[in-house]
Amino acid sequence: MEELPGLFPYWIVIILMMVGFYIVIAQGNLIKKVVGLNVFQVSVFVFYISMGKVTGGTAPILGDGIEVYSNPLPHVLILTAIVVGVATTALALALVVRIQESYGAVEEDQIEALENEMERES
Amino acid sequence: MAIKVTAKKPGPPRREMEHTSILRVTAKLLIPMILLFALYVQFHGDFGPGGGFQAGVIFASAFILYALLFGVNAARKVVPAWVTRIGLASGVLLYAGVGVAGIIKGGNYLNYSVLAHDPVHGQHLGITLIEFGVGTTVCFAMITIFLVYANRNS
Amino acid sequence: MAISAVALVRLRNLFAVVMFSGIYSLLAAVLYVVMDAVDVAFTEAAVGAGIATVLMLGTLTLTTEKSEQSHKLSLSSLAVVTITGAALVYATLDMPRYGEVTAPIHHHVAPRYIEKSGKEVGMPNIVTSVLASYRGFDTLGEVTVIFTAAIGVMALIGRRREKKKKPEPKKKKAPSKNTKKAEA
Repeated sequence: MEELPGLFPYWIVIILMMVGFYIVIAQGNLIKKVVGLNVFQVSVFVFYISMGKVTGGTAPILGDGIEVYSNPLPHVLILTAIVVGVATTALALALVVRIQESYGAVEEDQIEALENEMERES
Repeated sequence: MAIKVTAKKPGPPRREMEHTSILRVTAKLLIPMILLFALYVQFHGDFGPGGGFQAGVIFASAFILYALLFGVNAARKVVPAWVTRIGLASGVLLYAGVGVAGIIKGGNYLNYSVLAHDPVHGQHLGITLIEFGVGTTVCFAMITIFLVYANRNS
Repeated sequence: MAISAVALVRLRNLFAVVMFSGIYSLLAAVLYVVMDAVDVAFTEAAVGAGIATVLMLGTLTLTTEKSEQSHKLSLSSLAVVTITGAALVYATLDMPRYGEVTAPIHHHVAPRYIEKSGKEVGMPNIVTSVLASYRGFDTLGEVTVIFTAAIGVMALIGRRREKKKKPEPKKKKAPSKNTKKAEA
């Protein structure tokens, strides 16, 4: 159990991840769900980057007299992931706008009720 | 002549925020600096933090600032639809084109070492070109998405 | 960061929710700088606190401003979240400590990139050289994804629709004929 203090950063990030997860599955408003997805995504990135840090290292930019660098590989992967994430968020928000125009609501339960009504008529 | 123009003039709210002259003057000062900073970040990506993505986003944010303050129609005049379409596609085309140039010169796809007389120079040239392509596509993608959102309402 | 995340759960005014998400992204960018990831911090600050916030505000102007659902705590979701969190915490007990030099991920490919990047590519920024040269295919795929996303947004809400589509919800209809049919 003596490695507990060393694992503390991971646990905080897991708590943040779970808050984001809760927003996604428990809130009814669609825009809030997208925001929760964003929170979840950012905390996953923090987790990933925290695994790449080396104690006593610096940023991975070559300089004179620096011996230890942090691992550049997670940085590269997360850079790609951030930009892909914003593309996904943009598409999700565009879908929400279209849902609003077709159904007239952005609450999940209202949309379900409207869909059931439409099914019952056709 | 009978209408008195005061600071709190009632009427239909304008979309372009023309009353706020402080914002307009500040934006006119800031936008060139933002564009310059974006170019700086783009081309200094190999010496410090930066590179194509960040530069593209910062460049796009200058246009978005302009669109927020002066209206979507004015922004559309600066960046008409055909410019964004061509800009979007040309970034990806540049990237893939550098890869094909690697094949033409005798190496594998996206092998930059054969692009110049010296492998290190070849890498430098290849990386600069593709970062430019990435920056262009990201910039026009963000501008497109924002203008589509803004146009929907008007 | 935890405070802003929890505030996101409880707020109903969507404008405040979007602002808090921007704050969350900015705080994450500060955290990245602490963890020596300067390129990532740059991108996260520009993209997360800039573009994402602007897009969400744009969506807000096209839809409503307030979330109508009252704050009710859903126990089943809370149970799912707690179980997942506990499983993840259990999984981290096997992980190396934060910042350890002898962790396995620092010993396979990363030292090769760090050592050879200066000679093979000649650029001080290792992240750019890995992103553009050693892992160039991934970046090509990513640019294509952004391109596709922009085209997707253009296709979804690009064309201006003057009239509303198909059947309107019954509660908005005025004529008495339809309301009688709905009640029957």
